[in-house]
Amino acid sequence: MSAADGLIETPGLRAAQRPGVFPRALGAGGRRALLGLALPVGAALGWELAVRLGLAQGRLLPAPSTLLATLAELARSGDLALHVRATLARVAAGFALGVAAGTLLSVLAGASGLARTVLDPTLQGLRAIPSIAWVPLFILWLGIFETSKVALIAVGVAFPVYLGTLGAILSVDRRIIEVGRSFRLTRLQLARRILLPAVLPQYVVALRAGLGLGWMFVVAAEFMGASEGLGYLLLDGQQLGKPAQIMAAIVVFAVLGKLTDALLVAASAPFLRWEDTAQRAAEG
Amino acid sequence: MLRLDGLSRTYPTGTQALAHLTLDVGAGEIVAIVGGSGCGKSTLLRLVAGLDRPSGGRIELDGEAITAPHPGVGIVFQEPRLLAWLTVAQNIGFGIAHLPRAEREARIATALERIGLAGHGGRWPRELSGGQAQRVALARALVARPRVLLLDEPFSALDAFTRADLQEHLMALWEDSRPTLLLVTHDIDEALALADRIVVMRPHPGRIGTMLSVPTARPRPQPRPTGTPEAEALKRQILNVLRPARQQMALPAAAE
Ligand SMILES: Nc1ncnc2c1ncn2[C@@H]1O[C@H](COP(=O)(O)OP(=O)(O)OP(=O)(O)O)[C@@H](O)[C@H]1O
Ligand SMILES: [Mg+2]
Repeated sequence: MSAADGLIETPGLRAAQRPGVFPRALGAGGRRALLGLALPVGAALGWELAVRLGLAQGRLLPAPSTLLATLAELARSGDLALHVRATLARVAAGFALGVAAGTLLSVLAGASGLARTVLDPTLQGLRAIPSIAWVPLFILWLGIFETSKVALIAVGVAFPVYLGTLGAILSVDRRIIEVGRSFRLTRLQLARRILLPAVLPQYVVALRAGLGLGWMFVVAAEFMGASEGLGYLLLDGQQLGKPAQIMAAIVVFAVLGKLTDALLVAASAPFLRWEDTAQRAAEG
Repeated sequence: MLRLDGLSRTYPTGTQALAHLTLDVGAGEIVAIVGGSGCGKSTLLRLVAGLDRPSGGRIELDGEAITAPHPGVGIVFQEPRLLAWLTVAQNIGFGIAHLPRAEREARIATALERIGLAGHGGRWPRELSGGQAQRVALARALVARPRVLLLDEPFSALDAFTRADLQEHLMALWEDSRPTLLLVTHDIDEALALADRIVVMRPHPGRIGTMLSVPTARPRPQPRPTGTPEAEALKRQILNVLRPARQQMALPAAAE
């Protein structure tokens, strides 16, 4: 407790200590969100001002207003929705596949020492291959269209999920497993009533890491030939010399990545209310 | 009722933690096990709990051999080992999930009251003090109504006041179903306060050094008062048995 008090200085805590800075009516969550927005919004305003005052050209790095205009135009023409939908669909499919594979493999390897001895070295070897290296092979095997893209994303997602989940399973405290054994739980009951909840916090972390990589790999996948998607928008902007379009795509990536991550966190929060973490202690 | 017959346990490392230990415990009897560090007390309890297999000898509960965790045997460890994702009430009910809901809830409610946490069943383990958490662990073991309850230094991590308080809670819980208690403790006063019989163990290999009955009646369901002349006399006797063990222990301890 006392150690955490000194170490953890969340924005929320500071805002709570200085209620004068932001209106109380906003609540701790709102105040924290505002503080979180301060840096990007401030930087954007600064850049806008610099371009307006002629201190910078804004040709290669367009002013935020140009960026917004580009975004608005993309949204109005329906292109934005088209590209976002294509990219989201790929990430969703790849993420689902990768999570399924990573989870299944980690459960197998976690449940049986034999499976672990057989599987783990191979998986670690495969993991060492930079996933982009699969691209040519996937294109040969699965064609240039959706399947190879989804496969690449799935590969990128599966490894962090596998690694994080297996680590979590193997590090479950022997002492609480003994509690289960002393009440004569079967293996299945032990898995459901002790292992699953004990692993869940780290599993969520593994999913978030996987999702992050999913977003990374969707760009790689869309670079290898796509006619729609945010990655295509990037490439198109580069080829046609439209930095505002590139920036717009990047901003959309940032927003979507953050949103999907927040969604994941929010979806898991009800199951993790029990967690005893420094973060929770700070939030009170 | 509980028979330990020539019980031995040698760890794969070669440590002979227990050698030919024989002990008979009656129904409802409270036996305290004291002894220096490393003399095999925890090993003994783990064998009886079925968490570990003996290298030799047998354990019988009412004539039935124990080779795996047995429904008639419960255990409380030195740490509470509560499940962080379950509320206090759910933790207490962890081992009785197979009972009908009404029965389960009735037992949990009674237990919560006995441990002075009535109305706190919805709290998370992280919100409990050490003493409260250990009380919940006691309740969790006892609601399953074991015939034998094993306690491995259950109060040793607590301060003297909390410990005395928990001893009272233990006696109150014990009174409900009067299980046989096997209580490992470092605290001779605790043994004298609670036990009908005290087993003093000796190390290398772990075995029974001596066995003492505590003749004074316990004002059940309360711990005996300590510091009486009878208690002091017994305490001296136990310390005398433990002393040579301590001297033997000093050598390997210094080498470490
Ligand atoms: N899993 C294990 N593997 C190898 N040796 C062990 C293991 N557990 C205990 N031992 C050894 O067996 C002996 C008895 O250990 P045990 O834990 O039963 O002692 P104890 O009487 O409970 O001691 P304490 O009072 O310190 O808890 C010790 O010498 C210990 O080092
Ligand atoms: Mg011990």
